[in-house]
Amino acid sequence: MNYDIQKIRSYFPVLHQKVYDKPLVYFDSAASAQKPIQVLMAKEKLHNDYYGNIHRGAHFMADKTTVQFEEVRDKIRNFINAESREEIIFTKGTTESVNLVAYSFCEKFVKEGDEIIVSEMEHHANIVPWQLAAERKKAKIVKLPFNDLGVLEIEKLPSLINQKTKLIAVAHVSNVLGTVNPVSEIIELAHENNVAVFVDGAQAVQHLQIDVQKLDADFYAFSAHKLYGPNGVGVLYGKKKWLEQIPPYQGGGEMIAEVSFEGTTFNQLPLKFEAGTPNITSVIAFGAAIGLIIEIGLQNIEEWELSLLEYATSKLKEVQGIRIYGEAPEKSSVISFNIEGIHFYDLGVLLDKMGIAVRTGHLCADTVMQHFGINGCVRISFGLYNTKAEIDIFIAALNKVRLMF
Amino acid sequence: MTIEEVQQEIIAEFSVYTDWMDKYGYLIELGNELKELDPKEKTGQNLIKGCQSRVWLVAEMNDGIINFRGESDAVIVKGLVALLLRVVTGRTPKELIENDLHFIDDLGLKQHLSPTRSNGLLAMVKQIRLYAVAYNKIAG
Repeated sequence: MNYDIQKIRSYFPVLHQKVYDKPLVYFDSAASAQKPIQVLMAKEKLHNDYYGNIHRGAHFMADKTTVQFEEVRDKIRNFINAESREEIIFTKGTTESVNLVAYSFCEKFVKEGDEIIVSEMEHHANIVPWQLAAERKKAKIVKLPFNDLGVLEIEKLPSLINQKTKLIAVAHVSNVLGTVNPVSEIIELAHENNVAVFVDGAQAVQHLQIDVQKLDADFYAFSAHKLYGPNGVGVLYGKKKWLEQIPPYQGGGEMIAEVSFEGTTFNQLPLKFEAGTPNITSVIAFGAAIGLIIEIGLQNIEEWELSLLEYATSKLKEVQGIRIYGEAPEKSSVISFNIEGIHFYDLGVLLDKMGIAVRTGHLCADTVMQHFGINGCVRISFGLYNTKAEIDIFIAALNKVRLMF
Repeated sequence: MTIEEVQQEIIAEFSVYTDWMDKYGYLIELGNELKELDPKEKTGQNLIKGCQSRVWLVAEMNDGIINFRGESDAVIVKGLVALLLRVVTGRTPKELIENDLHFIDDLGLKQHLSPTRSNGLLAMVKQIRLYAVAYNKIAG
């Protein structure tokens, strides 16, 4: 594989530093990825060259900014192979994307007694908005369970779907277990029963090539900041037929066609769902992040990360008292674990003091913690810039910590 | 010894450790030595829940002084609880109200009291103060 890791790492100046006098090992990209210079430069360039509010100015600055902003929409359309640019909505993150669909879709299509199926391995952001909607509509949330390997029990799905089922919410990749869920199969089964599917792709887009048309997903959401882009920007892909039918989520500028006190008409897609001045700078910088991903190639990234996953998993399995949560055959580069006799917080604190950034706690996935009967765990996650040498440092640190207890 | 003197004593004890891992090694030692609470005392009422670790705090007022006991499920946090208890237990409410707890900051361990850490310690420090204010009112 032709993967120039040194060159790639050189794009991320932040990685080349010492933390507590130790070289930084950043194993928390699943929480948020570091930003390459291309992204930082794009932000700066925008403000140095021309900046204006988009879609409404009849002047040079606004025009230039609008063109760049809309180019990113096209880039994203290509990136996930959506059928049209109208299906790409900018939000402030995956969480807002979920909330938008949970509000607007349920407002239109869910009524009292209806059911929404949510998988047991979801991030809180793909549970709570559905619960709020269900409460508002007096609908019911139905759990799609997973087994102890961290694999969804989709053989149970046919018995969970009935006349009242309106939507299934599922992660493409679990943020705790790393499981790559069989969303194609789920969507196929759902569509046979006229059920829509919302896919949380927050942990998938940075690792896997996504084709929303091939998947036939009704909605697909992700965040820029996990895809090496800036914070505060997310994407909601929605099939045009749904986006046209469901009501706006928030009111404000941009999303209207005409406003009067007698009544307001709404703008065309995608602006119907983009009330107010969006995060212009970050959207444009996000374009630079996607550019870099395309340049390196998602397939190369995936291959590289899977080799890290395999290496780290085999090394971790040699550590005494280890328990890994999530051993699905189809897995992405996330490993959650506990070591017997050592609290995850203690482990996280000590690794931090050795320069290694990991995530600890319930990982915003209480239902996964409950499944395994734990209060939390440690998670390491890899990005396109991590190396096997870093895994060796991590394993040595882990063994050092073990001796302290 | 006054609250301030105990804090200075702790700071002196830690000053021998220049390396972070040694500092934490000592905290782990203190955590392991801390007497565990009776399981019956580990109730929801005494629980201070953080998303990282859990802390339990029990307070009893006797003859004008407050005795605190506590524990955590994480050993480093338990070590910090042990240090806190050494400073605050057996004090009058007035002493607790009038003195600042600054030693954790001085030891370079302030991060454990950060609201973002959510390990229960910050809430424990607040809770100690609340007990002091409440008992002060009752006594007063």
